[in-house]
Amino acid sequence: MTRQQMNKIAVGVITAVAALVVIPTVLVIVYIFVQGIGAISWEFLTQPPTNGMTEGGIMPALLGTVYLTFGTAIVSMPLAIGAAIYLAEYAGDTWLTRMVRLAIVNLAGIPSIVYGLFGLGAFVLTMRLGTSIIAGSLTLGIMTLPVVISTAEEALLAVPERFRVTSYSLGATRWQTIWHQVLPQALPGILTGVILGLGRAAGETAPLLFTVAAFYLPDLPKSIFDQTMALPYHLYVISTQVPNMPLDIQYGTALVLLMIVLALTLVATIVRTRMRRRREW
Amino acid sequence: MTVHTAVKPKIAVRNVSFTYEDGTRALKNITLDIPPNEIFVLFGPSRAGKTTLLRLFNRLSDLIEGARHEGDVLFNDKSVFDEDVEIASLRRRISMVFALPTPLPGSIWDNLTYGLKLAGVRNEAVLEERVTESLQQAALWDEVKDRLNSSASALSGGQQQRLCLARSLALRPEVILLDNPTSGLDPLSTGIVEDSLAELKQQYTIVMVPHSVQQAARIADRAAFLLDGELIEVGDGGELFTNPKDQRTEDYVTGRFG
Amino acid sequence: MPSARSETRQGVTMMTPLTARRRVGWQRIGEFIIERLIWIAGISTIVLVALIFIFLLREGLPAFVSVPLSELFGPRWYPIENIFGLWPLLFGSLLVTFGAIVIAVPLGLTTAIYLGEIAPQGQREILKPLIEMLAGIPSIVLGFLGWVALAPLIQRLGAPTGLTAFTGSLLLAYMSLPTIISISEDALYAVPKEYRDGALALGATQWQTIWRVVLPAARSGLVIAVMLGIGRAIGETMAVMMVTGNAANVPALGSGIMFQPVRTMTATIAAEMGEVAQGSQHYHMLFGIGIVLFIITFAINSLATRIVGQPVNRRRRGQL
Repeated sequence: MTRQQMNKIAVGVITAVAALVVIPTVLVIVYIFVQGIGAISWEFLTQPPTNGMTEGGIMPALLGTVYLTFGTAIVSMPLAIGAAIYLAEYAGDTWLTRMVRLAIVNLAGIPSIVYGLFGLGAFVLTMRLGTSIIAGSLTLGIMTLPVVISTAEEALLAVPERFRVTSYSLGATRWQTIWHQVLPQALPGILTGVILGLGRAAGETAPLLFTVAAFYLPDLPKSIFDQTMALPYHLYVISTQVPNMPLDIQYGTALVLLMIVLALTLVATIVRTRMRRRREW
Repeated sequence: MTVHTAVKPKIAVRNVSFTYEDGTRALKNITLDIPPNEIFVLFGPSRAGKTTLLRLFNRLSDLIEGARHEGDVLFNDKSVFDEDVEIASLRRRISMVFALPTPLPGSIWDNLTYGLKLAGVRNEAVLEERVTESLQQAALWDEVKDRLNSSASALSGGQQQRLCLARSLALRPEVILLDNPTSGLDPLSTGIVEDSLAELKQQYTIVMVPHSVQQAARIADRAAFLLDGELIEVGDGGELFTNPKDQRTEDYVTGRFG
Repeated sequence: MPSARSETRQGVTMMTPLTARRRVGWQRIGEFIIERLIWIAGISTIVLVALIFIFLLREGLPAFVSVPLSELFGPRWYPIENIFGLWPLLFGSLLVTFGAIVIAVPLGLTTAIYLGEIAPQGQREILKPLIEMLAGIPSIVLGFLGWVALAPLIQRLGAPTGLTAFTGSLLLAYMSLPTIISISEDALYAVPKEYRDGALALGATQWQTIWRVVLPAARSGLVIAVMLGIGRAIGETMAVMMVTGNAANVPALGSGIMFQPVRTMTATIAAEMGEVAQGSQHYHMLFGIGIVLFIITFAINSLATRIVGQPVNRRRRGQL
């Protein structure tokens, strides 16, 4: 076999394998879409489940996910943006900075179920918040930190240095420079990171298991100290715990969840591309 | 070599040395006086330390991590490194224009009023007056007076650089530092800037790193030749370029190197 | 505020004196507070990691104290009879992870090679978002699909049950792929262009260049990719819980080992925590498993960071 033939074979194999990875991805999304679209309707999205959850809609779970996503945003945004500003604008090449980066890498690597345990031990029990929206939001918020910090830091570092130097030379302090020049220009990138993080948080189940999720609630939550249903957990429950569960409702629920998460990812990507086109450098 | 001048200097450099984090010595024991209301030119080949010295005056050198300086820089007889000096205020009094135009995002108006607003000036009338005055001084007024709210980055290179000059002027500094301000500009714009500087020196003290020896010879009242971080020679503009005392200065001025 | 007259006459520099003494205090204090808050946000990351570990220890250590070490590593996990042997769970996690890595690393590395070295720019622009989308699919959705579609399929193909370690590995593999692909891609990208150009100039084919030059050069980055992929796989909960069958036994060794049900550490916590009494030995034991998981992923991530070093994206501050 000549080298050329070997090359052709190798390249062919590599391409085929890559297809093996990409095609199932598309297949998964398409399959869920096809199987689940039948169940989707306005009623499905706005009615609660009935008849032991074998009929009806997913509204409480959907609402719960919306609440939790908001809660996650509130918890994670200030901390994550603050930490990103710290890393990008203030931190020197010190031992402390290395520790911070190590901590972020580790936060990203902690299994989601361990976050659930932490949420249980710290928020539900020790802080006596009980299984509640606030306990769930705190847990999810902390879990979302690494993703938002990384993207936000990248966005801040992308702002060219000359804007900072110019600002300083016109008599601005460090914070004034950050507030008036760096942050506004990094905002789209930071926003991208937040939305990506929220997309990830919306799809998480394990952290919710012991901190907020309820199998079934007759009423909607009235305060952040109440429990709530949540879409990922709802999907888990109806597919494994409910007997005689119609398959199309299961797929429909999965589809709604998938669409929400993919929509958020899509929005984040759009923000990122539009920002790249419109920026001033 | 007459390092010191008869008049009290606006900026006095005393035994200044500057070393970067990696050990490179950018400035070696420089002493000179910069008299008020003159155009003082720092010239020399690249890597001579001119920009470094300039940045020391308004302490932009503080931004460079790990770098150290020795010696002192006195502004109006007070050290710029004193504990109680407020750096933001210092940088408004000693204002810098960079080699490449650096318009901030936003309109021409935004650029010009940025420093003023940070300093606490809110009065619309005052802001308008400063904007008009500084644009006139930078010879840009006629070209932009009808579009102050348009984007600053839409201006041409030469216009942007004059905008940067106007931006500094709006703060009514005492000293204007110019680091190779005409480097990217066409001859017409260069001429406009040089003419403006000649006018401005009546009100301000100007320290400039020139684009070329010719430019230096054209506008310098006083000049200093730097080579490899050392001060080789300093003297009156006319004298230094036509009759340099040091061989190295002569070699550089006549184009034998650099 | 000084009058407008003084502003126009003498210039703003007269209002704000060079020295700090007369400066308006409020702005200074406000900035100081903000900068302190930012610093706090920065170190909150360290604080949180420490807190997580501390809470795990607080609730989990009692288990390690009350259960003798010999039993801890015993072969049976049977909480009903107060038997807490971790070995089946550990083995389950390791088996499923191993299977996932065996599938995901060749697949992921090859895809990274395709993306980085072979695919034209147009394809790359479609494929990369697609892979990011794969990363975005919630694990519960994949677990659901595994439970409702994949497991029955595997059963139909001859396995006694569809809920096996293999099913879990397959699912996990696909979930780890984005991580492995993107980090491998970064590692390949970091190989300088000159290496490839040099090889090609000497007459090497594209494949030879990749195999002999690029891959060896990217070796450490690829190792990182595998390590982080392992970390990702070990930490997954919902998907494996739904498809691995949840039998907390050590599967019989032999050729069919991958086609038996197993239970991972993560699935154990998720499945059993809902039923335990707070403060009971079982409860503490589940937190104990959490400690083990934390330590494993901490070790992997810290090691990976050590190999890679700190990010090189530091700004050159102060330079125009």
